[in-house]
Order: sequence, then C-alpha cells, then structure tokens
Amino acid sequence: MSDITKQSLTELVENIKKKKLSSTDVTKAFIRRSEKSSELNAYITDDFTSALDKAKKFDQNPNLDLKLPGIPMAVKDLFCTKNVKTTAGSKILNNFVPTYESTVTENIWNEGAILLGKLNCDEFAMGSSNETSHFGNVQNPIDKNLVPGGSSGGSASAVAGQLTPITIGTDTGGSIRQPASFTGIVGLKPTYGSCSRYGIVAFASSLDQAGPMAQNVKDCALLQEVISTYDPKDSTSINFKRNHYSKELTKNIKGKKIGIPKEYRVDGMPKEIEDLWQKGIQYAKDCGAETIDISLPHTSYALPTYYIVAPAEASSNLARYDGVKYGYRAKGENLIDMYEKTRSEGFGAEVQRRIMIGTYVLSSGYYDAYYLKAQKVRKLIKNDFDEAYKKVDAILTPSTPSSAFKIGEKTNDPVSMYLNDIFTVPVNLAGLPGISIPAGHDTKGYPLGLQIIGKAFDEQNILNIAFAMEEKINFKNKITDWWIK
Amino acid sequence: MNKKNTEYLINRKDNQYEVVIGLEVHAQVLSESKLFSSSSTKFGAEPNTQVSLVDAAFPGMLPVINEFCIKQAIKTGIGLNAKINKRSVFDRKNYFYADLPQGYQISQFKDPIVGEGKVILDMPNGQKEVGIERLHLEQDAGKSIHDLDPHNTFVDLNRSGVALMEIVSKPDLRSPDEVNAYIKKLRSIMRYLGTCDGNMQEGSLRADVNVSVRPKGSKEFGTRCEIKNVNSIKFMQMAIEYEANRQVDLIEEGKTIDQETRLFDTKKNETRSMRSKEDAHDYRYFPDPDLLPLEVSEKFIEELKNDIPELPDDKKKRFIEEFKLSPYEANILVSDIDTAKYFEEVVAKMGKNKDIKLAVNWITGELFAVLNSKGLEISQSPVSAKNFAILINLIKNGTISGKIAKTVFELMIDGDKDPQKIVEEKGLKQQSDPKALEALIDKIINDNREKAIEYKQGKEKLFGFFVGQAMKASGGKANPQLINEILKKKL
Repeated sequence: MSDITKQSLTELVENIKKKKLSSTDVTKAFIRRSEKSSELNAYITDDFTSALDKAKKFDQNPNLDLKLPGIPMAVKDLFCTKNVKTTAGSKILNNFVPTYESTVTENIWNEGAILLGKLNCDEFAMGSSNETSHFGNVQNPIDKNLVPGGSSGGSASAVAGQLTPITIGTDTGGSIRQPASFTGIVGLKPTYGSCSRYGIVAFASSLDQAGPMAQNVKDCALLQEVISTYDPKDSTSINFKRNHYSKELTKNIKGKKIGIPKEYRVDGMPKEIEDLWQKGIQYAKDCGAETIDISLPHTSYALPTYYIVAPAEASSNLARYDGVKYGYRAKGENLIDMYEKTRSEGFGAEVQRRIMIGTYVLSSGYYDAYYLKAQKVRKLIKNDFDEAYKKVDAILTPSTPSSAFKIGEKTNDPVSMYLNDIFTVPVNLAGLPGISIPAGHDTKGYPLGLQIIGKAFDEQNILNIAFAMEEKINFKNKITDWWIK
Repeated sequence: MNKKNTEYLINRKDNQYEVVIGLEVHAQVLSESKLFSSSSTKFGAEPNTQVSLVDAAFPGMLPVINEFCIKQAIKTGIGLNAKINKRSVFDRKNYFYADLPQGYQISQFKDPIVGEGKVILDMPNGQKEVGIERLHLEQDAGKSIHDLDPHNTFVDLNRSGVALMEIVSKPDLRSPDEVNAYIKKLRSIMRYLGTCDGNMQEGSLRADVNVSVRPKGSKEFGTRCEIKNVNSIKFMQMAIEYEANRQVDLIEEGKTIDQETRLFDTKKNETRSMRSKEDAHDYRYFPDPDLLPLEVSEKFIEELKNDIPELPDDKKKRFIEEFKLSPYEANILVSDIDTAKYFEEVVAKMGKNKDIKLAVNWITGELFAVLNSKGLEISQSPVSAKNFAILINLIKNGTISGKIAKTVFELMIDGDKDPQKIVEEKGLKQQSDPKALEALIDKIINDNREKAIEYKQGKEKLFGFFVGQAMKASGGKANPQLINEILKKKL
C-alpha cells in the first residue's frame, strides 16, 4: 500500500486491525520518511532499529484488541523513556538515559504503540519557536526557515511532516496549541490533572500538562483516551470519570453556547487573525451552535502572571540539575565552582533567563509583590472563566496572534516571543482544557489555528465542537515535501 | 552554683543575667518508609541502598505523601496538647547542597500541620509549663562524607527524604536543667506514642538551640544566637552554658551581640560563628506545586485521638492515686515507657497480696543497678517481670529475707531463673521456726556469757553483735525480725 505516511492514525489502526497493513509495513514507512527528513531536525534521538524489532515482534502475535496496535510513534523528548536517552532539549541532560518510563508513554506502549524516537523541543520546554533547543532549530514543514512554534516544535513538525502518525507534546503556556497552529495540525491541552506528570521532565509543575498532537480531531480524541488516566504517583492527578473520547465523539453540537471573549481582540492583532476568528464564529453557527459575547476581564494580566509563576516554579524545578547525580558536570575547583560552571555551560540563555527571573520573584522582599500577587491574579483569571461558564459551554478564540515566523526573527526580543502565547496562557493558568484546530491560511499561505477552551474535565465537549467545526472548515495543509531531496 | 531550687543566673560583679532558651527539635518520624517515597528508613544500611528515584530527584519524579507519617505527626501534636491544623501546606525551601538532591527541601513554612501546644516539666522546685510554637513535617537531607578521600566528597542518600518533625518551642526555657527535662519529656511522650524512637546516637533526635541573655527582671528579649544541630543533651547543656557566658561577657564589655548561626565544637567546648544574619540563606520558600495542600477531616483526627495511649502525665497521676506512690517515684517509673510497662507487669503478676512500695524500691534499686552495669535497656532486662514479681512476693511473705533476696536476684540474672526454684535448690528459705531459733540463740548467749553481761550492764551496742552471730549461725537464713524479738526477750 502506498502513501502509508499520509494516512491518519484512525486509518492506520483500521488497516492494521483489518490486516491490510502490518505493524512492520507502517513502522518501516515512517522510519523511511523520517530518515529522508533529517533537514527538519525533528528528532533528537531515533530508536528506529529497536522500533522495527518491536514491530516484527508485534506482527508475530498481533493483539488487535489494543487501541494503538503496532502503531509507531515518536514522542517529545520531555517524556522519560526507559533505556532511551531523554534530554529535554538540554545539554545538561545530553547523556541522561532514564531507567523508568513516564506514565503517559507507558499508557501508550500498553495500548500497542511502538516508540520511533524522541522529538526535538525547546530546552526544558521554555520557548515558542523551538529555537532554544540545544539540538538546533526545527524546520516547519510548511516552509523553509520557518519556525514550527514551540516548545513542542519537533512534535508539531513531525506530525505535519508525516514523520509520525501522531505524537504527544506538553503544554505549559501554549506549547502544544501554538505549534499545532503554526504547522496546521490539531493539538489538545487537557485539563490540569487529566494526564499524569509522572516521568515528564518538569518545567512549571502547576501548569505542565501532556496532550496529543494529531492530524485530525478524531485521532486526537483516540490518543487522549489512551493517555488520560488517574495516577497515584502524581499527587495532582485527578480521579474523575474519563470519557471514551473517540467513541463518544459527535458532530452534533446543536444548541451549544460558545462564548466570544472581547478581551482577546488585542491591540495590533493582524486583520487576518480577526478575519479568521469571524470565520470561526460563522463555522460554529453553521454547526448549530449559538455564539455569545462574553467578557474575561483579567485577560491582559495573564501573560505577566504567567511569566512570574512559570519561572518561579522552573527556578526551583531545575535546581536538581547540579552536576552531582546525573547529567552534564563541568570540572570545578570546589562544589560552588562546579555548580556554577555546570549550570552556566549546561543551560542555554533562555533557561538561564527564566531561572533568574524565577529566583528574583521568589526572593525575600519581592515574594509578596510578585509571586504572591501573581497567585492572586491567577485566581481572578480562573474566576473570570468560572463566571463565563455560567453562560456558555465553551469559548472560541484564535490560537495565536500571528502565523509562524521566520527562524531568528524574534530570538533577540524575548518579550515579542512571549507574546505568542497571549491566547493560550490564560487556559493553563486556569487549568482548563483547550484545543487548537487548523482553520485557515494567512496571506503567505501559512496555517492559522482557532482555539476552543472548555470547562474543566469537559474534553469531550471541546473535542465534539472541534470535530464538528473541522468538517465545516475542511482545512487542507499545504505540505510540499520541500525538505525531501 | 547551686542549681537545685534556685534560678539559673549568670553573675558578673553586681549584675545578674537570665538565660532565655528556645529549642527547635528535629525528631525522626518512626516510619518504615520515607515522607514522600516508599524507600526504607532503616538505620545503618550500606550507603545509597535505600534510595528511590524520588529521593535522588531524578527528572520527572514526583513526591507522594506517606499517610502514615501524617498520622504520626498528628498523634505527636495530640501528645503535645496542641492544635491540629486541618489544612496545612508543604513548601519548598530552596538551597543548593551536594546532599540535597532536589535543590530544595520539602518542608512546611506558613501553614504547619500542628499549631500551638504545651508540655509540663517536673522540676525539683515544682512543675513548669513550656509552650510549643508549632510542629511541622519536613524531609531530611542526605549525608556528605568528607573524610573518606582527600580530594572528593562522597554523598550517601539513605537519609534523603526521611520524615522529620520539627518541634519548635516558645522561648520558655531558662536553664540547662530545664532543657534536659524538656528534651527528656518530649522524648518520653513520643516514645509513648510510638512516633519517634528518640535515639540520639542514631540522630533520630537532635536540636537547634536558640540562646539569648537579659538582665534579671527585664521583660525584653536579648539578641539571640542559634546553635545548629546539637545531638546530645549533654552537648546542648554545655553549648548553652558556654554561649550564655559568651553573650554576658560581650554585654559586660559594652559590646553588642550579633544575631547569627553558631556551631558547637564538642572537642573545644565552645560555640563558633557559622554565618551572620546578613549571610543567611534566602530560602525562597513557596508552596510545592507538586503537592496539593494537605487537608485532614475532624473524623480523621478523632480516630487518631482514640488511638492515643495513656501518656506520661496521666500515667503518673494514676500511679500516685492507684499505687500510692510519691510523685518522685511515679516520675521515675513513667518517664520511660518501657519502665512503666515493666512496673505495671510486675504489679499485675504480684497478685492480691502485693507490696508495691517494695517492688518500686527493687526496680529503682537492684534492677536499675544491674541494667546500668550491663548497659541494657529495661526492655532487654535479664529478669522478666514475672520472675521479678515472684521474688518480691517471696520477700513479702517472709520466705526469704531482703538480704537473701539479693543473693537470689544475682542468681536469677543468668538465664531469667525462677526465684522459687533457686530458693528451694539452694536451701535459702528463711528460718522462721521460733523454737529452732530460740535454741540457736540460747547457744550463742551461752558461748558469749561475758558479752551478755556487758549488754545487761548497759552496753547496748552489743545487741548488734548478737544479731550478727545469730544470722551467721543460721547461714543468713534466720528471719531477722524473729531474731530481734527472741534476743530482746532472752537478754
């Protein structure tokens, strides 16, 4: 069968279950395409030999009752994978091979999937363009020298470029939804507490959440169903009744009330984003939903709040990378000297910037003015959503304030880089689920995404709305395979 | 200085200074596993054999609260007559050190699990109440070993993540003696509760000691210094003594005391500056986002309250009332839970016609002496409570004299032998047959006629001589009371 890599996850699963394709066929096809795609630099570590062995083994005695039978899959290099190097995109973990598996990836392998390799990302997931990775920039399959977004840039590039049928990323302030939007794919950030954080290299613990990145909504729902489990190993994991997201997926969203928050109409937002949003409102109406203007009054404080809370937690979470136990260690005259050299050489500039910001906002004398105040504002932001959800079932916004930009375009201007996350960050602060679906193109032909934000634990609802709108939008990603010689 | 029944004051020329002491006691929670991981807490294991991925802070590892440790902390809080906080928060205390794998210690800062409480000390001049400021849970760090290699430091993470209770007292202590009594009382309460084994040699109990001085009568506190990590009561007392005198000397010289952290050098018996207030760490405390606030229900606390055994204060009260012991005797028996257990078992085994006073004297006398000389705890006593009770009964019912009992006791030690059997086998039964004793005494008087006459003429001291001769003649088995009576009659 030709064009295996063009098939969606759902199609591949069906073909394997019907024995039209073997796991070996599928795995080989994705390995071959991945090998031809080195220019995208989507992988940090490949595990192709082992993947092929596993595929052959699967085919010998295939368990076709599994949800991901023999499906090859590459994952973001922030998930610890047993015996496979896990770097978090950082030099400081360049030699780190975990002896354990993250709960989310464990869930995936338990359903029959096979690890293809580890995908590039911003260092410790800190970035919006994948340019902070120690392992180099990732190319966006949409166009040469275009960033794929970040931090799950390698993941987005790999799905859009068909190097993996589907993947998982992590999202702390938009790291799944923004790259999904930049590469024309679907990305879901689940409710905080839906997916276990056990075994995921931590960035900001109160915001981090793993989620699926897929070619379409149905694939996304299937993977969410697999990865979302209650995990006693993560104290913030929540034991709620999880839906069979893919089975319960429906396009019937008639009568759903969708809020349109006026505060997301930010200054300087390009007209094409505004136009996309208006189109999205029309699509929602076409699907039978009702749109209602709402207000989320504290939206403008979300970004500064995020850039206090996230670095504060990160500054503490990254203290363990000290050269003592594992990872990179520089030679030093004494303990302090070793710490300083290890961390100066091991961490990149953006990570160091955030560690310093975080250390500053937690310092005595500044704690109340920054960290404590940020926590209070975070509560207000959450209250905004709670208030809105008294009137609506979901909220529709653009995913990003612009389309993908060129590599190097924003690296010298951190603030303009941070502004990329302006529409996604409030969702993390409130712990809500949000999905980005591709909804159109800008004048350069680059994809643009729309974000649907849901109530906590209401993934099914936003997946349904996305599923219905996806059909109306009928988005086609323009992938030219420019990187394949 | 006469410490008994007087204030502990430091005198300089015309000035008298009072010493103000507050303690931060670190007590290791008695628990099979660590505060946030399932690794063992067993003491003395090979280095780095009791370390989980969580304890070593591997990437992506997350802490999960060990509910047993929470229960232990709450029980201790109840034992300290303290307020149990239904909502408490775990915070991160951030600092870098080689034996602190996470780069932060998980502790409780603003919202501890236990709030204010109090303990009562029995001092020679009466009872003294010491306020408890708070009790919070925290992780222990690992251990840096600097003396195994000339160029490298080794790290042992076996202790990393072990649960500690930090018990902070109010600045209510006024002397090294009170500190001694306070630590012993805390230790006693926790051992009763089974929440800390109180073993200071193994580091299960250690303290940071805050010391300040002020002119006698002053209401304001002086500037305090904190002496870090002192691991025996003796050292605490020595450190306080040194530190208080150092501070008084500074004041007398017109100098000021710097608020600082000091270390106690046990070899030189002095405290040394470790870091000043200006150099103090900024720990950047903030709530640990990996852990939700800890919430416990009223029901949970009530169930633990029902689980609390009789504590030393109540036991003491009961011993005084039920067994008619003096407060002093009761104190000795209740201060260690195993002593109290032993005593109560002896009382139970003695049956109806028991002499509790006698038992107390024998426990605090003969038994303690043997334990001391053998370096044993009462829980390891070579004489079981059952056999001990039999021995006391043998004395009480006149089967053996107190003197013979000492011989029997010596023989019991080896293999916890039944005293009844020893008495029978060795023929140590007391001679209480008046006729036999009369014959024996007649013979002695006959053999010592001159001395008998001297006695009658008024040399009363000679009475002892006859008692001695009678005892000697009976091989020590004669009932001394009967001997006395017969001698008085015959002489």
